[in-house]
Amino acid sequence: MTDTDKKKDKRKIRAAKKMREIMTTYYLDAMTARENNKKVAWITSGGPVEPLIAMDIIPVYPENHGAMIGASKMGEELCIKAEEMGYSQDLCSYARTDIACCKVNGGPMGGLPQPDMLICCNNICGTVLKWYEVQARHFNVPLFILDTPICHTDYSREVESYVRRQMDEYIIFLETAVDKKFDHDKMAEVGRLAFQGQKLWQKVLKTTTHKPSPMSAFDAFFFLALIVTLRGTQIAVDFYEELSLEMEERIQTDISIIPHEKYRLLWDNLPVWYQLKWLSQKFSDHNACLVADTYTSAWCSALKYIDENNFLDSMAQAYTRIHLNIGVDQMADQVLDMIRTYDVDGFVMHSNRSCKPYSFGQMDIMNIVRKKTGIPVVMLEADMVDPRSFSLSQTDTRIDAFMEIIKQKEWVR
Amino acid sequence: MKEINPFHAAINDPGGLAAGIKKRSGKILGYMCSYAPEELIHAAGFHPMRLFSSKSDICLAQNHLQAYCCSLVRGVLEDSLAGRLDYLEGMVFPHTCDSIQRLSDIWRLNTKFNFFADVVMPTKLNTKSARTYMTDVLKKFKTDLEKAAEHSITQNDLQNSISLFNRIRRDLSRIYELKSQFPSIIKGTDLFAIIKGSMIMDREELAQRLETIVLLLEKKDPPPYSGKRIILAGSICDMQDIYKLIEASGGSVVADDLCTGNRWFEGSMPENIDPIEALTARYADRAICPAKHSGNTTRGENLLALADTHKVDGVIFATLKFCDPHAFDYPYMKEFLEKSSIKNLHLELDDQQQGLGQLSTRLETFIHMI
Repeated sequence: MTDTDKKKDKRKIRAAKKMREIMTTYYLDAMTARENNKKVAWITSGGPVEPLIAMDIIPVYPENHGAMIGASKMGEELCIKAEEMGYSQDLCSYARTDIACCKVNGGPMGGLPQPDMLICCNNICGTVLKWYEVQARHFNVPLFILDTPICHTDYSREVESYVRRQMDEYIIFLETAVDKKFDHDKMAEVGRLAFQGQKLWQKVLKTTTHKPSPMSAFDAFFFLALIVTLRGTQIAVDFYEELSLEMEERIQTDISIIPHEKYRLLWDNLPVWYQLKWLSQKFSDHNACLVADTYTSAWCSALKYIDENNFLDSMAQAYTRIHLNIGVDQMADQVLDMIRTYDVDGFVMHSNRSCKPYSFGQMDIMNIVRKKTGIPVVMLEADMVDPRSFSLSQTDTRIDAFMEIIKQKEWVR
Repeated sequence: MKEINPFHAAINDPGGLAAGIKKRSGKILGYMCSYAPEELIHAAGFHPMRLFSSKSDICLAQNHLQAYCCSLVRGVLEDSLAGRLDYLEGMVFPHTCDSIQRLSDIWRLNTKFNFFADVVMPTKLNTKSARTYMTDVLKKFKTDLEKAAEHSITQNDLQNSISLFNRIRRDLSRIYELKSQFPSIIKGTDLFAIIKGSMIMDREELAQRLETIVLLLEKKDPPPYSGKRIILAGSICDMQDIYKLIEASGGSVVADDLCTGNRWFEGSMPENIDPIEALTARYADRAICPAKHSGNTTRGENLLALADTHKVDGVIFATLKFCDPHAFDYPYMKEFLEKSSIKNLHLELDDQQQGLGQLSTRLETFIHMI
């Protein structure tokens, strides 16, 4: 091993290996659910998974699968397949790849295990509603929709009572689906674990306030999978406990994720899954670290609404008031808060063709950020899974120009 | 038919129409979605005015919405930022799709009208809790309107508005019925003008004009029709020329499943129950928009039933580019039609579309083929 190799090795996050193992086990369990007499529910990434865990139903996330497809660069082929099936190229690429996968058993795992039921929460977008309707027709399985009205300016009593009532409907739906009574004690336990898991996830993400940062948003994109898929389990709690300890250790021993962190950046929107490596190298070459992002923090941003000891009752609020289900001005406030917390020098926005509720309004957020902080902002045009909406050379030039401005600013300072 | 001229005049100059209404009867509230409770707006003494894009070039809206946002949303924002909607007292946003959801935020942050309301209707319409929520939302909106109008909306006000809108719905349905029975009774472009005009004109005046038109049409003795019978299905269709092109190719639109058509006016509102309950019943039970949910195949079944009732030869899907809810439904609705051997064509439209040459060829080929 050469010296550089050793240094590189030291920078690697050890927990990544464990995470891969956990995810492999999880997918194996899901794949063999039928043989083990277990039911599988497909659920949206923002959906309330805790009641599923409490009912011993295996949750499967087509969006997580979409991310895997994107990261393994299988997105284009599957998107084209969906377009051949009649789905417009302008539709969400997670939805397109998932719909196509069902037809051709595609993707890195040859498709997801078939669902016994579908759980769709529209707190992230209206797309999931249409996408899950497609799948409900395809698999001919029951679909539960948790309708969480957007809170443009406030969270009203009407919304609270509507969503709370649906939580009861959700439980009845599950009881019917698995023909088993809902265990409220188990739910309370799962709720506590979900709360702990999110607390730990938040702790992990907060470690990047340290300069230099022990991890980056690119790592957060990777480590996110567990808080999404295994939220409410001891496995997730143990894992994030370990990960946060490793981060603390890195801070103590001065191990940073990039060799020479000079500039700190904030990322907005979903990752560009098929260009993670290139993007991370690109920023690193400029000595810039993406220390935080608005996407992965969404899985702990509703913590303030959760009552650890009365999870079920607080779920309505926690699942309704998430980052994507609030007004653009409130989203901007969260961004401003992150800019302060992580002390960043620039803001990178991914204008994501696949995600309209995340991307429309970004230009207003950009203006608010510029006006209130004066930090440089860049908008990169791309798509989370479909590489046809991404131009490498254009992005390359944009990032160079953006970093140039940041460097000049620093020089002026 | 000269009685249709005021409708053409209205849709050709909505700004002029609005100026006249503002002068005569006061304040105008705009909206872009057929789930906007017009009856409530009207009962509060405001003029409900549906907004369409003026189809001007997008300049100012480019600073707020990316190019992959639909032309309706970008177009209306452009009109607003350019001052073309200054006649509005305010805007009402019933929750529709992801794009209009964000337009609501952008509107609230960048425009300065006196009134603004998000009427976040449920997305799910087929459950009891969703209906209760819808009733709550309507009541809240009523209070907002009362504050803005500085007077209360009485049961009587609301009953009167409901009756008026029921009359409008009844007459529009009757005109559609006649059009389906005798496709040559009225030109497609005239029908388009009536429908679009009905969404923007003064409603009392409109009700009278529609009554007259129905009477005149019922007296007509139209020549027999031997052309092709077409359903136009999709989101909004704000392209008068489509009707013209279809007729020039030997077809006629005898029914539609459009947000600017049948979905908006079909059915009527119960008049013998509590008016807010009546509004809830209507908005929850009407022909559904794809951005809402009432069942997994509801829209497909509706379309098949429509095709059957009107004995159509083909269906033309007209959807706006970047309209996600419709783009998701299109493949299965097409499949439904094909299983029943109903020929169909998909046109993806853009408000900013230049030139109809290609469209014309496609329509011609399709109509000749069926």
